[in-house]
Amino acid sequence: MAKVPVQFTLNGEEKADFVDGGATLLKVLREKVGDTSAKAGCQQGTCGSCSVIIDGELRLSCLTLAETCGGAEIHTTGGLATDGVLHPLQRAFMDEFAAQCGFCTPGMIMAAKVLLDRNPNPSHEDVVEALSGNVCRCTGYEPIIRAVLTAARSNSQNAA
Amino acid sequence: MKLAKSYFADQRTDDLKELGQGLPRSDVPGHVTGKTTYFADRTFPGMLYLKMVRSPHHHARIRSVDLSDAEKHPGVHRILTHKDIPHNLYTILILIQVGPEDEHVLAEDKVRWKGEAVVAVLADSERAANEAAAKVKVDYEVLPDVLDIDSALAPGAPIVNEHHGQNYYMYDSGQSRKVRYGDVEKGFAEADHILEQTYYSSPIEQAPMETTGCIVTPDGNDRFTCYTNTQAMFFTLDNTSIILQMPGHKLHMVGGTVGGGFGGKVDVTVEPIAILAAKLTGRPVSFIYGRYEEMQISSPRAAEKIVLKDGVMKDGRIVARQVWGYTDAGAYSRHSPYGAQKGAAHYPGPYTIPNVWVDTWCVYTNRTPSSAMRGFGVTIADFALEVQMDKLARLIGMDPLEFRFINAYRDGDMKAHRQPTTGAALIECMQEASRVANWPIAEKYLEMSSYKEV
Repeated sequence: MAKVPVQFTLNGEEKADFVDGGATLLKVLREKVGDTSAKAGCQQGTCGSCSVIIDGELRLSCLTLAETCGGAEIHTTGGLATDGVLHPLQRAFMDEFAAQCGFCTPGMIMAAKVLLDRNPNPSHEDVVEALSGNVCRCTGYEPIIRAVLTAARSNSQNAA
Repeated sequence: MKLAKSYFADQRTDDLKELGQGLPRSDVPGHVTGKTTYFADRTFPGMLYLKMVRSPHHHARIRSVDLSDAEKHPGVHRILTHKDIPHNLYTILILIQVGPEDEHVLAEDKVRWKGEAVVAVLADSERAANEAAAKVKVDYEVLPDVLDIDSALAPGAPIVNEHHGQNYYMYDSGQSRKVRYGDVEKGFAEADHILEQTYYSSPIEQAPMETTGCIVTPDGNDRFTCYTNTQAMFFTLDNTSIILQMPGHKLHMVGGTVGGGFGGKVDVTVEPIAILAAKLTGRPVSFIYGRYEEMQISSPRAAEKIVLKDGVMKDGRIVARQVWGYTDAGAYSRHSPYGAQKGAAHYPGPYTIPNVWVDTWCVYTNRTPSSAMRGFGVTIADFALEVQMDKLARLIGMDPLEFRFINAYRDGDMKAHRQPTTGAALIECMQEASRVANWPIAEKYLEMSSYKEV
């Protein structure tokens, strides 16, 4: 199968590789780049566990062809903590008991980050809407929603 | 979280260290940073992908299997059939002498449910494995099927599984698990009212976010490392050892964080065939269910049919309960004989009833084998029991919560399956529930206790 060269930044670092034509970004991130934080839950775009941020937009990496990501800025939950300091969302997910098995958590955090980047003071309904593409089967959704609202509050306190 | 310390105050010291405290989970830093390792977060050079060819029929005889086109497909390394499996016939609970072995790892002469594994294709990409699997030609003779409990138990029904010989599991106690306590007919004769109701449930898929799977690497010394998300590591190890006729010390099973299971990862469905594939090819092997397989192939909670017959007095006492419980095991036993047995002990519920008669059956149908899921054997029973309790209360014009106080089990009561009650807390839980839900109950129920006369 013909290989395709692709180059992008992942959490601020340059990455380049030859990928199979038709390979998904999810597969390339996990198996070639070595960032396994995005998860393969359904591989048909319905569960949100593979969510990543591409050029500021929330994307399903299981439905994104790697070869279309040339020059893109990609962010994952695996790169969210900087120098070992957790992002407020990560802190809030810990404090609010918003993770149980943890499999949906990286995707949830990506969806929440895109929301907070655009809307620093979301309502409960805004959070529900922003997480509506992400499925969780353990904790229930309320602790996750609480965590996002808590993170938003701690952000605005830090900004004040 | 708040502890309601007024309950059991005289039975308890207040030096609790952990209860009532909010403590962080030990694994949550890994979860929020994406660093937690799940079995599939591993890649090995030269890995082969296993794709199962599955039955499209509920019940069929296999006339022939033609692998010739599939074997020629580019990227295919090997196709496994039942002939490759040292001990193809198994049942999980044979480990605790609950036989007979009734299920093939790969089908031999017949398939008994839509989705049963027939042959396993190994290729060097998922795509090649999928394409080759589509080229496997299986010639089936479709047979009559039974798809629900009543059809399976009807006279003249097609036999689902010849290893059992009839469409139900034969316990050492006979065709059902039985609980006999007191004299149920006498209880019904004395009762002011009798209510008989039938309850049905459908199968329920656990639907974990992470699908069932494993990755196996051969270490070159005829030993194999299997990274798996099983919820039952020693069931997996021991059944794999039996199926592959390999001593356990050659099998290094590595578990870890499971991405949700809810009972759906208790069966042994991927590891034996993946380890065999790694052994026969000398290559790492990945066998991971797609979402379709997780929903359709992995075993769900069983469908159940529950017939409850209760005799109740006008003053609220239940004096007799008769139960016929049926668990739809699907085509194979898996854990269902155990689940049905659990129900037998459970059916009086948390209530003290002087006359109890229970029969629970484990029934075979041509459906996806059912197995463990969160309290299987008792969860659906509780649904039926508690709906029945509400109906009984309504029948005699009593408040449903007060009706439960009258029948609640208390320390020292004998349960129908001859276990004395200890540590009961139902009354206190209901007292607190009535307070929290603002559901008023008479003062005498607020004064009741699970463990002392008031």
